[in-house]
Amino acid sequence: MSTTLPPRTTAPAPPAPERRSAAELVLRVREFVIGAALAVLILVTWLVNHSFLDDQGVKDLLLNAAILVLLATGQSVVVLTRNIDLSVGSVVGLSAFACGSFVSGTDHGPALVLLLGIALGTCCGLISGALVSFGKVPALVVTLGMLYVIQGVGHAWAHGDQINASDVPDSVLTLGSGSVLGIPYLPLISALVLAATGYFLRTYRSGRQLYAIGSSPEAARLAGIPVRRRTLAAYAFSGAVAGFAGALWLARFGTVVADAANGWELTVVSAVVVGGVAITGGVGTVWGAALGAMLLTTIGSALVVLKVSAFWEQAITGALLLAAIATDRVVRTRSTRALRKRRRD
Amino acid sequence: MSTTAPAADGRAAPVLALEGVSKSFGTVRALREVSLSLHAGQAHALAGENGAGKSTLIKILAGVHAPDAGTLTLDGTPVTFSGPADARDAGIAVIYQEPTLFADLSIAENIFMGRQPRRSLGRIDHTAVRSATAALMERLGVDLDPGRVARGLSIADQQLVEIAKALSFDARVLIMDEPTAALTGSETERLFSVVDALRAEGTAVLFISHRLGEIFRLCGHVTTLRDGQLVATEPLDGLTEDDLVRRMVGRDLDELYPKQPTRPGEPALTVRRLTREGVFHDVSFEVRSGEIVALAGLVGAGRSEVAQAVFGIDRPDAGEIRVGGAPLRPGSPTAAVRAGLALVPEDRRQCGLVMAASIERNIGLTGLGKLGRAGLVRRAGERARASDWALKLRLKYDRLTDPVGLLSGGNQQKVVLAKWLATEPTVLVVDEPTRGIDVGTKAEVHRLLSTLAADGLAVLMISSDLPEVLGMADRVLVMHEGRLTAEIPRDEADEERVLAAATGRPHTAGEAA
Repeated sequence: MSTTLPPRTTAPAPPAPERRSAAELVLRVREFVIGAALAVLILVTWLVNHSFLDDQGVKDLLLNAAILVLLATGQSVVVLTRNIDLSVGSVVGLSAFACGSFVSGTDHGPALVLLLGIALGTCCGLISGALVSFGKVPALVVTLGMLYVIQGVGHAWAHGDQINASDVPDSVLTLGSGSVLGIPYLPLISALVLAATGYFLRTYRSGRQLYAIGSSPEAARLAGIPVRRRTLAAYAFSGAVAGFAGALWLARFGTVVADAANGWELTVVSAVVVGGVAITGGVGTVWGAALGAMLLTTIGSALVVLKVSAFWEQAITGALLLAAIATDRVVRTRSTRALRKRRRD
Repeated sequence: MSTTAPAADGRAAPVLALEGVSKSFGTVRALREVSLSLHAGQAHALAGENGAGKSTLIKILAGVHAPDAGTLTLDGTPVTFSGPADARDAGIAVIYQEPTLFADLSIAENIFMGRQPRRSLGRIDHTAVRSATAALMERLGVDLDPGRVARGLSIADQQLVEIAKALSFDARVLIMDEPTAALTGSETERLFSVVDALRAEGTAVLFISHRLGEIFRLCGHVTTLRDGQLVATEPLDGLTEDDLVRRMVGRDLDELYPKQPTRPGEPALTVRRLTREGVFHDVSFEVRSGEIVALAGLVGAGRSEVAQAVFGIDRPDAGEIRVGGAPLRPGSPTAAVRAGLALVPEDRRQCGLVMAASIERNIGLTGLGKLGRAGLVRRAGERARASDWALKLRLKYDRLTDPVGLLSGGNQQKVVLAKWLATEPTVLVVDEPTRGIDVGTKAEVHRLLSTLAADGLAVLMISSDLPEVLGMADRVLVMHEGRLTAEIPRDEADEERVLAAATGRPHTAGEAA
């Protein structure tokens, strides 16, 4: 039977030389682009003011980035599944306050505090996750609702009170201020969580399935992937990380109010998107998200050193976000075109 | 190549069997008491027109749908699949008509998702995944890099990846729904030799194709479905392609099609050499006022795509469209509406209606300009227009402020029609106007179309429902694989002739191909 499609050779051709278009390269090495931008930013700021990179300067940079990197890691896992978790800022605040109330005036050790934070965050994440995956309510609405619910619970509980650093046991505060070999604990912890998550996403079947779900939920269902369970797990993870970050927040600052990380959710999402995790799911790595988080916090610190008004920070963050999304769009259409051609040649 | 199977009575116990299976979606009965059995080492064909229930049957076998009644047996034991994963674990691999790939992931990941070879501690062995994929590609004779992402693959290549995925299961049952629709002759032959090899190893195969020649080439037995019911299960030996077509279509027309005779007037829509690369080629036709022209063909033949290009949703690469003699600016639905075109799309839930909005809002949508004053919509005008059309179309509703989502499928379709008729078009394009509609409403929609045509409207009707095409159309255009293959006047059109042109099968009565 004849067919009207143009004939196409299918015999195995001699392997074509690997031609990768520039667009495709950018897609592959998004992490390098962000890393390079970060390096340039640090270099320029250092040239202006050498104290930016002295011992204390480096420590500050790392400490400032640590909690955002942690939250970006959790958020990435959710965004990869084509969802979003806007409740993380509230979870951090509630967890920090809850942990603070729990240890105030006691001599509980840091392990118990961290566990409490994780447990509390996991609960919040499970509620959001259950509503999104089993309740089939859009993630944006669910987590926006959760943001306000958790914030409200925090306010009602705190009644305007705050946790005072003087009431928090030293063992907990040491977690926030101590260091090993000159590197503070906090960034070390973030790096560990980041590395473990990155390794999991790349090396385990369930990790890859998160990418599959974000890439095409319908195809994922047909491929027999337990889409709802995986989505729930992603939210539980994001919540757990946020709760954990809350406990670390207490350890770092000691003095804590109930809406400690108010507004952070948007910074976290910005970091994730700037870092190359597609808001439409399926694309990106936690490494990129972490670099995005470091870039955003470093811009904040650099502006101070460069004596630029701090108000510019928001504008720059927004511009970066738009640039990232625009790049994604352009790169995607270009690379699709390039990929189409490759087979036809 | 002959693939004669042993006689039906001499066959061993089936690997997978359906018995008395029924399935309904809402009020539509997709399958009624259908039985089918698949045997190790044999290829079985499933034949039937669009909407006969083939896809539903496949999805039941694949664990996507659960049957309402009847049993599914695997090796003689009744089983219940709670999802696609269950069917897969039972050794059932399915190649769907529409490729279902993860565009952002590599070909290798697409094939082995959830089943990647693992090293210690459950870690994925990426090297093994890649080499296994390369081996599959070699077996299929395809030159695709396992590491490239699926985005940008042609439909044919996507289909090949789906086939590789099915092969990777070492499945006991391989189900293929139109796997060759996008493949070239040599790719198809390659696929068939792989399937032959699998059969020799004892795989049971269920094969669906509109290319009847392929059914005879590959299969030993055939089961024919019509209107969700079993027509026959029989050996292909001794059957001819014409026999098969007759079993697929054989039914009488009834009073469902109240077609009024009309006198066609001036050409209202003229399409010249319209081409969209890789979708449809060199399509030329005209629709006169007062005429209903049907565009028939199989799913994927490019009919809806032509309609979308005419309406300006997609921009054609070449060709010309004229409405009432004046050239139409391509790629602009706004220009199309202004020129007097209206398109009632195939999927009313997705494209035709705002389900949560009220009836009057939906009907008013196309007239926002006319109903407005100083940029604001006058509610009274909107309501007057809605009640006017609701009456004309005999819409069954409670209140005009009810959300459209509450209406039955047939009444929803009337709202879409009302919405477009309110623009007072000169050319109405309807895509599958009666899909998923109960018989009573179907007849009403037909009467409406007929009346509109008698009043001078030019109607282009895309339909996969053959009796509808034959019952309603003054002329039938048939598309096959992106090209217009036949133009048949009403008095010469019959089911076999249309289906022959739609499947690209040369017909004995010498028509222009």
